[in-house]
Amino acid sequence: MTAYLLHLAILTGIHIILAVSLNLIIGYAGQVSLGHAAFYGIGAYVSALLALHLGLPFPACMAAAGLAAGFCGLGLGLPTLRLKEDYLAIVTLGFGVIVDLILLNLEITGGPDGLVGIPAPVIFGLSFRPQPRFLALTVLLTLLVLTLAAALVRSYHGRALRAIRDHETTAQVLGINTPAYKIAVFTLAAALAGLAGSLYAHYITFINPESFGLHTSILVLSMVILGGMGSLAGSVAGAVILTVLPELFRQFKDYQDLAYGALLVTLLIFRPQGLLGGGQLSLKFLRKGEEGRG
Amino acid sequence: MSLLSAESLTKSFGGVVAVNEVSFAVQEGEILALIGPNGAGKTTCFNLISGLLPPTAGRLTFAGHDITRQPPYSRARLGLARTFQNIQLFGGMSVVENVLAGMHLHQEVGPLAALFPGRRVRRAEARQRQRARELLELVGLAHRAELPADTLAYGEQRRLEIARALAQEPRLLLLDEPAAGLNPRETEDLMALLEKLGGLGITLFLIEHDMTLVMALSRRILVLDQGRLIAHGSPREIRQNPRVIAAYLGEEAGAGGEGRGL
Repeated sequence: MTAYLLHLAILTGIHIILAVSLNLIIGYAGQVSLGHAAFYGIGAYVSALLALHLGLPFPACMAAAGLAAGFCGLGLGLPTLRLKEDYLAIVTLGFGVIVDLILLNLEITGGPDGLVGIPAPVIFGLSFRPQPRFLALTVLLTLLVLTLAAALVRSYHGRALRAIRDHETTAQVLGINTPAYKIAVFTLAAALAGLAGSLYAHYITFINPESFGLHTSILVLSMVILGGMGSLAGSVAGAVILTVLPELFRQFKDYQDLAYGALLVTLLIFRPQGLLGGGQLSLKFLRKGEEGRG
Repeated sequence: MSLLSAESLTKSFGGVVAVNEVSFAVQEGEILALIGPNGAGKTTCFNLISGLLPPTAGRLTFAGHDITRQPPYSRARLGLARTFQNIQLFGGMSVVENVLAGMHLHQEVGPLAALFPGRRVRRAEARQRQRARELLELVGLAHRAELPADTLAYGEQRRLEIARALAQEPRLLLLDEPAAGLNPRETEDLMALLEKLGGLGITLFLIEHDMTLVMALSRRILVLDQGRLIAHGSPREIRQNPRVIAAYLGEEAGAGGEGRGL
């Protein structure tokens, strides 16, 4: 039972990284991306292949996974995000399908069988195979990603992104280089999804294309929308709920997609801003405590 | 040398020539008005200057740079700012945040340093907020600073747009019908504000239908009719120009007399 709870906690952490990174694109920059799982998959496969074939240490594999996914994001963002019209949705959707097909058909990725025997992370001689340790690693990475995302959205960059979301041309008139911002945030989000993929691959130790298809993209999108676009706390909540709930209702697995669809439609009708939309992940309550003591 | 100059600026949408070989120059420090009947191409002209539309032909020079093909954010960097006829605020942000967004180009901390919120970043942010409050004070919105921008009354939204444009510290400010929808008292306040800005050395170029405001503020007036520049000169010259009178009377007759006398 403990093992199962630890497993859920680790998956939740990975999902939080995915949801938060996608929220940067959708909730802050206001761009629709429907292929986030592709970057997650690229990260997972790059990391696994480097570990299996070159025997690279985990930190190197993970860094390469982030770089590879970020590079793909850049390559996809450069031509599409310069345009004011919303081509990103269709391009990312197509990209997701292409990556899925490539993973399914290449020899090096193992086709539909995927890759097995991916080594558990070892950092400075310390193995993270035991679940509690892997959970600690996941929590650490998740907190790092959350801190980075919170710093980003609270800086003047965050304001620039929200300006782009609200009125792109007006943002340009104010001197905000909107293509550069959109491309930068899309690249960053893709890189973060790549990190999540690396974490997943070295945790689960066997991967196949099934985990990185459209279904996963939609799951992550559901987390963002459920929690609230433009709310980091919302993405955390969305990731927790949509990781834990499906486990509770395991016996209805066949109806999962139906349930997500129903959930999204209900939400869009009754609470379009999401559960925590407009709210911000804030450490204010900590600062208040400090002030009280000071 | 003039701050902004347009040479044979032309914009056509399909077969319609909205702006037809228009040439003019804006001198540093002046208050210039662009008037003309509805549909004359005034806003199109502003959209060409600020870079929201690419011109079909012609050349634009601003502060010594050829900006004809530059995107709006590069023009902003050179000191060009504008407001919109149909107000374009960031509704999801607070009033003060809208002004802060206008300061995007004037950051004290670098793009990466901004991600490490230490004392330096917090102080820079505090200074910016202080500056934003001063600008809100200038336009009389200081008491509304923390409200969501979309809860402001119409006249207040117009003033917030001006404050946001001023936050850019522009050399040239384009104002597209700043008095539209304002009541007489608000228009008077606006006039005083614009006079103050002129005194601060900001070059103002405005489109306006309120002739009292135009005649009182501007030293020079350009008149556009059906995409063509039909006259330019001092307010007195414009008032007596037969082509201008004809253009306006023609419109009045056609539009059922909206009552915009010269």
